[in-house]
Amino acid sequence: MTVTPLTSRRNAARARLRAREGVIELLLRACAFGAVAGLVLIVLFVFKEAWPIVADPEVQKESSLRGYFATPLWQPVGAVPKYGLMPLLTGTLKVVLIALVFAVPLAVLAAVYSAEFAPARVRETLKPVIELLAGIPSVVMGFFALMVLASWLQALTGAAMRLNALTAGIALGLGILPTIFTVSEDALRSVPRSFREASLGLGATPWQTAWHVSLPAASAGVAAGCLLGLARAVGETMIVLMASGNAAIHSASPFDSVRTLAASIAAELAEVVVGSPHYATLFFLGALLFSVTFVINLVAGLFVGRLRKRLAGT
Amino acid sequence: MKRLLLAPLAVAVLAAPVLAGKPITVKGSDTMVILGQRWAEKYMNQNRGQIVTVTGGGSGTGIAALINGTTDICQSSRSMKQEERLKLRDRYQTMGVEIPVAKDGLAVYVHAGNPVKSITVEQLRGVYMGSITNWKDLGGGDATIILYGRENSSGTYGFFKEHVLQNRDFSARVQTLPGTGAVVNAVARDLNGIGYGGAAYAKGVRNVAIAKDEKAPAVMPTAEAVQDGSYPLARPLFFYLRKPPAGDTKKFVDWVLSAEGQRLAVEVGYFPLN
Repeated sequence: MTVTPLTSRRNAARARLRAREGVIELLLRACAFGAVAGLVLIVLFVFKEAWPIVADPEVQKESSLRGYFATPLWQPVGAVPKYGLMPLLTGTLKVVLIALVFAVPLAVLAAVYSAEFAPARVRETLKPVIELLAGIPSVVMGFFALMVLASWLQALTGAAMRLNALTAGIALGLGILPTIFTVSEDALRSVPRSFREASLGLGATPWQTAWHVSLPAASAGVAAGCLLGLARAVGETMIVLMASGNAAIHSASPFDSVRTLAASIAAELAEVVVGSPHYATLFFLGALLFSVTFVINLVAGLFVGRLRKRLAGT
Repeated sequence: MKRLLLAPLAVAVLAAPVLAGKPITVKGSDTMVILGQRWAEKYMNQNRGQIVTVTGGGSGTGIAALINGTTDICQSSRSMKQEERLKLRDRYQTMGVEIPVAKDGLAVYVHAGNPVKSITVEQLRGVYMGSITNWKDLGGGDATIILYGRENSSGTYGFFKEHVLQNRDFSARVQTLPGTGAVVNAVARDLNGIGYGGAAYAKGVRNVAIAKDEKAPAVMPTAEAVQDGSYPLARPLFFYLRKPPAGDTKKFVDWVLSAEGQRLAVEVGYFPLN
């Protein structure tokens, strides 16, 4: 008789607890799906605004897919607007390539040193300091490139244009270096110690071990790091906007000023007439950028998955 | 408790349009949009309840809106054409009221160490269209001209394209920078650079004197030269109204012409009337 109220009270408390858990779970789920919904809405918006380029004949008269490759001039404001996409594409490609050529060897070798050779104390300062580089706002990095780096590089290369693809590319390289370094370093550190011990035990030197055992074992992770760096480089706006000079020149020279896709959107969207062909074109560039970075990130994700499987499977 | 706080707020929100005077609409020139908006913001801050809305679209659009009666004030960076005035007369029996509100002048900058002191408008056109590429063709040293300009979203870009290039295309080699300050900064660091922008900005660079043609004297973009029209890259900026301003509109126009309104025009990068 005395037991019943006790258990019923306990049951009531448990039910309350369960209800509370249910509410918390619901909130968490709402947060998670809210984020996904937000992302989907953004994507839908960008593609919707770009849609007239392929669907609206009125807009196509001025700006169409075919027109993008008919002229090498990007001059969307004027009596006869010209939307030549080629200089923007070559410009983006040039800057991104220079950034990768500059950042990948530096970041990967630094990661090898940090993960394989550095004494614990050196590593403990080296890693956070390089990662701190990622914390520098891109506008500050761009300002540095504009004021300081550009002058150094001009003195070094003798380029006629002070702001050019090389300046922007190297500044961008500094921007993506921490991403590549961190992901690569983590991948190298996750290589099981038994790999190294086996290699050293067979008489390999530490460098041979790092180069022929650890790095190949972590290669998928290093590749993922490079791809994440690439994705950031393609989409990075502020550094390029400030350091590249933004002249839409269709050339292969790294000493010419360049205008990238992302910088064009940033520079022009603010004053464009909503719904105009120019507006739709800028959103088309945005959709293009989104698609490219999305695919790169997806592939990087696949690489990370493969790394995990490889290291766990052996 | 929350509801108690919200109730007066709702009343205030609902009542606001009733308390406010009739909004003044301003429409027209894209060059003048920012100027107009700054005027409107400051004016609304000082005159609670008065609403001034400013939109762009271009001088032509603004004049059309004035003729159609959909705007109170039209901002225009060009004079009204005769046929536009006639349309106004047909509908409202007035030729419109033209009120100059500020002056716009565009300076051309070079590096302080550049020997070129003056240039004709035609030479400037050649430089920015890419047919003149070396400073020696302008009387300077043997070096490639490095071109700096503004983003195509800027009114300065439009003015330059219209008045200097006569609506033809810029050379692809023009480096476009965000803001006149950035152009000045770039030219200050580039011995072979040339740029354009507001004359008031020229710090660390040198303004070049500009001649209308080969025979005309080269003129520096001083406030006097811009105001008396002898500087070739200058133009007046206008307000157009259907009838002489009255009531709230007159108050706003008078304020724009006051010392305070004119000072704001200088802050935005234009020249005052006097």
